[in-house]
Amino acid sequence: MTWLLANLDQVAQYALQHLVLAVLPTVIGAALSLPLGWLASRHRVGRGVLLSASGLLYAIPSLPLFIVMPALIGTQILDPINVVVALSFYALALMLRTSADALASVDADLRLAATAVGFAGRQRFWGVELPTAGPVLLAGLRVVSVSTVSLVTVGALVGVQSLGYFFVDGYQRGFALEIAVGVVGTVVIALALDALIVLAGRALMPWTRKGAR
Amino acid sequence: MNVVAEALAWVMDPEKWSGPSGIGPRLVEHIGYVGLTLAIAVAIAVPIGIAIGHTGRGREVVVPFTGALRALPTLGLVTLLALLLGNGIVPPLIALVVLAIPPILAGTYSGIEAIDPDTRGAARAIGFTTGQSVWRVELPLALPLIAGGIRSAALQVIATWTVAAFLPLGGLGRFLIDGLAVRDYAQMLGGSIVVIALALAADLVFILIERVITPRGVRAQR
Repeated sequence: MTWLLANLDQVAQYALQHLVLAVLPTVIGAALSLPLGWLASRHRVGRGVLLSASGLLYAIPSLPLFIVMPALIGTQILDPINVVVALSFYALALMLRTSADALASVDADLRLAATAVGFAGRQRFWGVELPTAGPVLLAGLRVVSVSTVSLVTVGALVGVQSLGYFFVDGYQRGFALEIAVGVVGTVVIALALDALIVLAGRALMPWTRKGAR
Repeated sequence: MNVVAEALAWVMDPEKWSGPSGIGPRLVEHIGYVGLTLAIAVAIAVPIGIAIGHTGRGREVVVPFTGALRALPTLGLVTLLALLLGNGIVPPLIALVVLAIPPILAGTYSGIEAIDPDTRGAARAIGFTTGQSVWRVELPLALPLIAGGIRSAALQVIATWTVAAFLPLGGLGRFLIDGLAVRDYAQMLGGSIVVIALALAADLVFILIERVITPRGVRAQR
């Protein structure tokens, strides 16, 4: 306990860095999954190709992917960008199927009705299709954010600072409490982010609140 | 592209494959660790999953538990158990079995649950006991989903044994961790390429297994 109090500054700093390293890929992956998911929901062949590709991508282990990144995008091995880009790929791979299925599940009659009352193209997508697919997208986003928060810690092995640093440092110093602080901190960040996504979902999609119907 | 060429040269070098710490023995070690982990996890998760799927009881305990496990950072669990339980393969093995159980469990109980109650009723009607119904009707029908669960677990276990090379262990992760320690990027990248190849090969093998074990009647419906 005294260790935690004495090192509170460092813990808070790494927790903040952890949060940034997790939120960025989650947002980037989810944002990219929308146009690609839309494509997959419209074209049968596109769906097959995109979903197979994301399946293979997701099969690639995290540490090797972090290490391959510098060769792909020309960064240094210790650069945090490697972790952000690699985790964005995972987030996209994980989210793509959800996005494709969510957008494909929008009722054809609903789409016709929207067209009939004057919604077209982009307006129909943002005003009708996206909100309708919203609850399913939200569920997918929750899975992505939890898994990303946990994967960020692996970056500590290639020198990217997050709460994962305490696993490496704690093990090397033979200090179990330090590792435990890192584990608990990671779980707390995952739960906090999850709660935030749920709250944001309620605010943005008031019709999904209980008793709203 | 220079670094890629160097890494490929590292992978292709026959000398790097032999010897006790060569790529060959490390690959065998890695596959051995993964196989052992999966065997134990299957032996624990499949019977429990069958019991949950068959009786419909215990779901409310297991589902939130497996969800919470997803938030646990694997590297933290591995290092913590290694500190608490000492060196050797057993502490990380325990951590990895714990991580491999949820997907296999989920695949098993959802596979059994998804079976039409009429099918189960029909098995009883023609005189099958509960045991026979589970072994000869429910389990074969659930096999594709169980294999799907084992496939997710396998990919996660291959990845986590790589990370676990942070501990003094064998396996392919050695090239990644040791390469970083001596700043030998060619070795890190070469090792990474071998791990990625192993993961993709395992994924394809499991996709094939899922196809082969899907009962003919189920395949026709799809």
